[in-house]
Amino acid sequence: MGQVVALDSLLHARQIWKGRAVPLPDSSQPTGWPALDAALPSGGWPEHAMTEILLPIDGVGELQLVLPTLARLTREARSVMLIAPPYVPYVPGWEARGVVMAHVDIVQAGERDVLWAAEQCLRSGSCAAVLAWPLQADDRALRRLQVAADTGKALAFVFRDQRHALQASPAALRLELESEPSLQVRIRKCRGGQPPAGMLPLAAGWS
Amino acid sequence: MLWACVLLPQLALDGVLRRQPPTEAPLVLVSGPAQARVVHAANRSARAAGLYRGQRLTAAQALLSQFAMVEHDPEDEARWHHLLAAWAYRYSGEVGLLAHALVLEVSRSLNLFGPWPRFESLLRDDLKELGFRHRIALAPTPHAAYVLTGVHDGLAVMTPDTLRRALSPIPIARARLPGDVTQALPSMGIRTLGQLFALPRAGLQRRFGGELVAQLDRLAGDEPSPMENYRPPDTFEQRMEWTHEIEHVEALVFPLRRLTGDLSAYLAGRDGGVQRFELELEHRSGPPTRVTVGMLSAARDATLLFDCARGRMERLELSQPVVAMRLMARELPPFVPAGRDLFDTRPTNAVPLEQLRERLRARLGEASIQHLRRTVDPRPEFAQTTTAGVGATSVASLPRPSWLLESPRPLRGPPPTILAGPERIETGWWDGGDLRRDYYVVRTSQGQYAWVFCAPGEQGAWMLHGWFA
Repeated sequence: MGQVVALDSLLHARQIWKGRAVPLPDSSQPTGWPALDAALPSGGWPEHAMTEILLPIDGVGELQLVLPTLARLTREARSVMLIAPPYVPYVPGWEARGVVMAHVDIVQAGERDVLWAAEQCLRSGSCAAVLAWPLQADDRALRRLQVAADTGKALAFVFRDQRHALQASPAALRLELESEPSLQVRIRKCRGGQPPAGMLPLAAGWS
Repeated sequence: MLWACVLLPQLALDGVLRRQPPTEAPLVLVSGPAQARVVHAANRSARAAGLYRGQRLTAAQALLSQFAMVEHDPEDEARWHHLLAAWAYRYSGEVGLLAHALVLEVSRSLNLFGPWPRFESLLRDDLKELGFRHRIALAPTPHAAYVLTGVHDGLAVMTPDTLRRALSPIPIARARLPGDVTQALPSMGIRTLGQLFALPRAGLQRRFGGELVAQLDRLAGDEPSPMENYRPPDTFEQRMEWTHEIEHVEALVFPLRRLTGDLSAYLAGRDGGVQRFELELEHRSGPPTRVTVGMLSAARDATLLFDCARGRMERLELSQPVVAMRLMARELPPFVPAGRDLFDTRPTNAVPLEQLRERLRARLGEASIQHLRRTVDPRPEFAQTTTAGVGATSVASLPRPSWLLESPRPLRGPPPTILAGPERIETGWWDGGDLRRDYYVVRTSQGQYAWVFCAPGEQGAWMLHGWFA
């Protein structure tokens, strides 16, 4: 057995260089949820990148998560695209949460065209945020979206079923929603930092 | 004055080659009467096998067992020539057509497109993109430029005094002089243009007539060249024909790219745009299939035109094979380029929003993009519409979900927890769609927040109408 050396003394003697990740620049895209902003390495949505949101079932609060952002973007007259949403966006509900519907385009696309349309919108550079609900998306397709979001400098939100949680994902941020016992969100992966261990509570969005 | 000459040595052959994806297989154009067919033009691999222009077809077949043959069509060649003139019109207001060549006056264009070497490479890039072989030369007179292109590709003579030096060594045979002169002069011992320039004019006039002297004056710039100025036509029409039949829409993509590219080049030439054009797919028999491609605003970008047209084509069911395709554009409104803010932070390759919507519509269908707008109708089913108009502006204070189901359906599962309600919606008597419902916000056993309704005063038998997602 070699000599036991305390780590502290090594650090003190400056014989060990402690690597530290380069801090990410602060995001200019706050999520609108202070607790979530505080937990994310850049303090907001990863910019020019894809965020994957995993859901146990439809209608648990997935829009609740992004509506503050959509409200902020559309009030700045920036364009938002919804690609193949599973239900009809209900205008009174969206407007009550501050979204200007004139800047929201709803794109009806068949299952095969969802990813194509999302890529076109992201790449175009004229959309601030693109929300897509693909049913079939493999690793390669998601990577294309991630690249397209980077090219077009847009926020991409991809909503998928929770069962894809085990599949690797090129998304810069992966969030998982849980509806039991109350609405909360878990950060599964975030670029530029360690995902925090706990769950972050979200307010239910009915009132 | 400075004239650029674009010589198109293979105009007819390039016209045929650009109908099909690039190929290295030998191909020749044939012309002449049925009894004495001759090779009119041969592509690179056919020439490598020993085929040449003017060769008897029987001799060519003896040399090479297999090659594709296309009948030479002078009208087709003239069409390509005019298309290129329309393209050149973009770079100069004075464009003239000469046999197998175009001349354009460029002295003023240089201010706009940069010094000659850069301008020249612009021209070459365009021609390469369009698929035409070319030689380019620059000279102070159009005829001198025409003669120089035949001798030296890429030569630029900027001033009249260097012009004579550049012309002097050119052999008589390549000086594009009137036909009989070209044969007579060498037999008199005059082999170059320099020797000819040195001869006394009066003698030449007596011996060969005024035409030769006038031609020499035009070459040297002592006399202006009579030339008809090209003016682009007000409509665009281009047709492509194949020797075989095309059965699949996918195989039409390549010619379609060519046609829309030509349209774009033509539009750039006249600084215009197009809002609507027609594609006609011709069949062996029966009427042609027509496809109308419309855009929201005038456009001329080659990629955009192609994308829109391809989107329309891809949804087409071909009933019969296609033998020819025609593109016609009759409405050519002025083109207004999309304005960009100087401090715009968007990426430089950005596609404007309208263009993006056009692209999506072209592939996904006309009704694929919707805008939702609130109405004054209190019934949830009619509280929003996709049609344009003035919407209601007041914001409801009562809870409203963010997702709405297309049509209500029974809520399944264990009984939910009621969070809010009832809110009675009782209206619609004016158009027969009256309803009387009590709406509640409930939480399902799975943790979803749902917007449900039931008959007034009866809880249970919930109908699901929306999600507070």
